[in-house]
Amino acid sequence: MPEPRVKALTLRINGRAFTVPAGTSVAAALALAGDFVSRSDLGGRPRGPLCGMGVCFECRATVDGVPEVLTCLTPCREDLEVVTDA
Amino acid sequence: MREACDLVVIGAGPGGLAAACRAAEAGLDVLVLDAQPEPGGQVWRGEARKGTNRLARRWLSRFAASGARFRPGARVVAAPEPGLLLVEEGPSSLAVRYGRLVLATGARERFLPFPGWTLPGVLGVSGLQVLVKDGLPIRDRRVVLAGTGPLLLAAAATIHAHGGEVLLVAEQAPAARHWGFALQLWRYPDKLIQGAVLSAGLAGVRTATESWVLEARGERRLESVRMSVGGREEELACDYLGAAWGLVPNLELARLFGCEVSRGAVVVDDRMETRVPRIHAVGELLGIGGVDQALVTGEMAGLAASEQPVPDALVSAWRRVRVFAEALARHDAPRPELRRLATPQTLLCRCEDVPLSALEGCRDLREARLYARLGMGSCQGRTCGAAAEALFGWAAEDVRPPCLPARIGSLRLPPETPPTPKRAS
Repeated sequence: MPEPRVKALTLRINGRAFTVPAGTSVAAALALAGDFVSRSDLGGRPRGPLCGMGVCFECRATVDGVPEVLTCLTPCREDLEVVTDA
Repeated sequence: MREACDLVVIGAGPGGLAAACRAAEAGLDVLVLDAQPEPGGQVWRGEARKGTNRLARRWLSRFAASGARFRPGARVVAAPEPGLLLVEEGPSSLAVRYGRLVLATGARERFLPFPGWTLPGVLGVSGLQVLVKDGLPIRDRRVVLAGTGPLLLAAAATIHAHGGEVLLVAEQAPAARHWGFALQLWRYPDKLIQGAVLSAGLAGVRTATESWVLEARGERRLESVRMSVGGREEELACDYLGAAWGLVPNLELARLFGCEVSRGAVVVDDRMETRVPRIHAVGELLGIGGVDQALVTGEMAGLAASEQPVPDALVSAWRRVRVFAEALARHDAPRPELRRLATPQTLLCRCEDVPLSALEGCRDLREARLYARLGMGSCQGRTCGAAAEALFGWAAEDVRPPCLPARIGSLRLPPETPPTPKRAS
């Protein structure tokens, strides 16, 4: 059976380029960029996505210059610029 | 921007979709709001693109053909007067005038704090499942799951199917309660099939009852977990831990509207109308009952909102679903050991970094908010609230607007936009 072709797209996380299949959420893509970290807590310790459903706010990061975006509700787009607070 | 409609539905999961379909098919101008980019809610997340689940496909195409309008990425932040919602959509704000409202806000996972639960790599059970469905690379990653009930098995099946190495599925319920629940499923043929499919997908995966997580360990991210497995301690090196125990309804908006809530569920009549006139509630808001309950109650609310009679068949279907929901609630109730996992240093509120020790002397949620800032951060107590209830029995308080972090601009009525053609109602 032929493999269904999945479109790939490229985004940048903290300045580094990553290629992901279309349909990947930004939160899921954070795992490619290292320790799966989205933000730092008040004591400077790393935090990553928790609920995956837009409830807990742990996955928030700066996306295309907009701060505090819930990355678990944000699909990756071509040329998206993600900056984590960590 | 401003919008007007006969019926606004908040939440595009199965309950919201069923309500919207029934009302729009009867000629109502229906507007559906959801925080996600696509309809389907959490349970049918990604189905709008993939179309692998037959039931989801059926309802999503019915919804697309119904004439109901869908606004993705929409979060309700306030309801300043009856018939008016203030909504944030990414960088813009929206005011919605409505005649009736259906709350279909679904549920979230019940998180309980344990040492190390704030490490990256520790997620909810369904949280990890959702991220895997959304493209988290999981092939050959080592995964431990700790939770309860059918959702635990569903998450394990998804992760296993995506090539993840599921080291252990830890079910908290005692063996007798777990198997007793499983044996009851014969009364619900659909659920029996689901259960059989799930178990078949998990052949060879280690599953244990009376088991839970004690601690997550790691420096910058999760490296290992310490588990209690049937009374014995075990340490497992792993990349991901999914840990959460069942679901709790998302009651914030229902509380904001002043709907009566009793024993953790919104009180409704046979038309799914809450104690606040013209506001209906469906699905998990009525007590965790899954897709079947969402569809049945959604249809009932959609029919009632468009002043159609509710067929007896739907009413009796709802009664049957409630029996299942009550069995599920008994099965998923967190065991006492899970309430004692946190140490004094363990953070309870992850937004404001409030450790358990900071709550000493607090007698209720209000004092914990005032003195220790529990639940005062970004998520507004959505994560720690259910934990505080499980740990201390503190009941949730009234919800005040804004019920989510919002821009100041979203809290006033946006300027009038050129009128959109309105249907006669």
